Amino acid sequence: MITLPVFFFLYHALVIVGLSLVTVSRRNPVHSVLFMLIIFFHIASLYLFLNAEFIAAIQIIVYAGAILVLFLFVVFLLDLRAEEHADKYSMSQPAGAVLALSLFAVLASTMRGFVLGPHGIYGIEKITEMTHTKAIGTVLYTKYLFPFEVASVVLLVAIVGAITLAKRHTKS
Amino acid sequence: MPTEYLPIVIFMLVATAFGLGSLMVGIIFRPHRPYAEKLIPYESGNIPVGETRSRFHIHFYIIAMLFLVFDVEAVFMYPWAVVFDKIGLYAYIEMILFILILTVGYIYAWKKDAFKWD
Amino acid sequence: MEQYSAAEKIYELFSEKALALGIPEPVLVIAAYAIPCLVVINLIQGAAGMLTYAERKISADIQNRIGANRVGPFGLIQFLADGVKLFLKEDIIPDAADRKLFKLAPYIVLSSTVLAAIVVPFGGSFIVADLNIGLIFIIVVSSLLVVGFLMSGWASNNKWALLGGIRSAAQIISYEIPTALSLLCIVLITGTFSLQETVMSQGLWPWQWFIFHNPFSFVAFFIFFVSALAEMNRTPFDFPEAESELVSGYNVEYSGMRFSIFFIAEYGSIFIISGLAAAVFLGGGNIGLDPYESPLHMQLLMVGVFFAKTVPLCLVIIWVRWSMPRLRIDQMLTMCWKYFIPIAFACLVATAIWLLVFNGNGIFWRMPAP
Repeated sequence: MITLPVFFFLYHALVIVGLSLVTVSRRNPVHSVLFMLIIFFHIASLYLFLNAEFIAAIQIIVYAGAILVLFLFVVFLLDLRAEEHADKYSMSQPAGAVLALSLFAVLASTMRGFVLGPHGIYGIEKITEMTHTKAIGTVLYTKYLFPFEVASVVLLVAIVGAITLAKRHTKS
Repeated sequence: MPTEYLPIVIFMLVATAFGLGSLMVGIIFRPHRPYAEKLIPYESGNIPVGETRSRFHIHFYIIAMLFLVFDVEAVFMYPWAVVFDKIGLYAYIEMILFILILTVGYIYAWKKDAFKWD
Repeated sequence: MEQYSAAEKIYELFSEKALALGIPEPVLVIAAYAIPCLVVINLIQGAAGMLTYAERKISADIQNRIGANRVGPFGLIQFLADGVKLFLKEDIIPDAADRKLFKLAPYIVLSSTVLAAIVVPFGGSFIVADLNIGLIFIIVVSSLLVVGFLMSGWASNNKWALLGGIRSAAQIISYEIPTALSLLCIVLITGTFSLQETVMSQGLWPWQWFIFHNPFSFVAFFIFFVSALAEMNRTPFDFPEAESELVSGYNVEYSGMRFSIFFIAEYGSIFIISGLAAAVFLGGGNIGLDPYESPLHMQLLMVGVFFAKTVPLCLVIIWVRWSMPRLRIDQMLTMCWKYFIPIAFACLVATAIWLLVFNGNGIFWRMPAP
């Protein structure tokens, strides 16, 4: 029996997997990037169904608003005609297969730790009562303080890296 | 399932329907007389020269990358702002530390002229 | 706090009759949500039309001209005539354009603009959906707008359009950071992202508004307002359109109805941004009464108060356009990255200190008892 939530999940899962395949198989890189936008929407709405509205919003702000724009800037540079006649696969296929399979193995190995159903103190009722953003804030700024501060160092490295790359590029 | 997000879907559908509808109905009334000169890209009346998709100033990429970093930083502040009245001073010190570390990056970017357009 | 919305009110009003008539419940729910959506979308379009008229009249006054005066009394229904004209224009898609993306881009721009209207509290209980991520939702929507502009610029396959699209993207993403940070100054005070709650925790009198909560929220208001001008591509930040250098920017190849969709989005966003500034910083439609407990005529008064704050802000945006010259692109970026972002961060940190020191109270504003 397919209930409404199961139907929604199946729809999202199918669209995400299907469009991922479309994204990697397009010859026009701009079309690829824009199919990615639709994937991000579906991922965000999956989060919404899990009552994780903050994560859903962040999914759009960071991925669609920042990363996708960066991708588009880079893709606009490409010579479309050359790109459309180029070989679809930039890397040798066996190497790609090995990478994909090892990623799959890593993801599959995490499945063992996956517990079905709610666990921990933050159940659906508690999150809807205190709102998801507050729930995240409460945990992030008390329990996961250290990872939060480490994130700032990662961002610092990102700033320095971005500028170093760009400046080297302008000199040459 | 959170129903308060239903308006988002309805809004997008209605906005698209409005656009599509007005275009569809317009087909009956509006003229359609294309010819080759009308369909070339507009370049102040001249025939377009060279490639459209030429290279851009490197600065656009630096801005996009810096924005990515600062955007993620702002993302960390959203949950902080809502729980600030609950956690208080403790949360404040954490965030000051976070901002200070990123200020180092900001000053680095400034000194490396990343905000300068030339 | 309980979530209320206009849709739930409509549902409550009609559910018994409709269920008795045998209309299934899901249809009723969707209808209850669709009615406020349709009302708001039409409101945005009407506001966009009136604003184009206001812009023409104000610019004419500033430049000592007469302006639109032929269609209707004082040219009041000029915007309808413009709409009909655009409706009847040929729809040209250049040969070199990427047809699918070219057609898709206006919808992305329009739908992301009107999406922001979902969370705007129009005073009283009139809000489409009081999302508890309301203010974050505004940021979400403005980041979608960037994709729409970039897409229209690229798909046109025109140098002006592409440059306009890229400029507008760089500008919108840059100014998104100060916008978000200045809104966070207010979130620090209220502890919520919900716009209805933000409005309800202010009051009727100016000293109860968040703009006068503390000196830093005063600064935050101006940062928000100026950044919002930049996010809407309005003068003095209209580089993406810059008619003297880029003809008209990302929409140069668009004609007829497709062009008018961009136009509606642009003027609609002026109204939405002014409404947001009024709601977050200027007390919105708050007249000191609980909007959910008040009778209908008081609620309509609240809507009146909301519009009395929003319309002057819209007019200020138009006034600014006809008084300021355009900046240079390097000045625009310097202003954002070297001034606005550090000032916005400083405001945020200083507001936090203020709240710690004064235990959540403002100069006049008092923390409500829990």
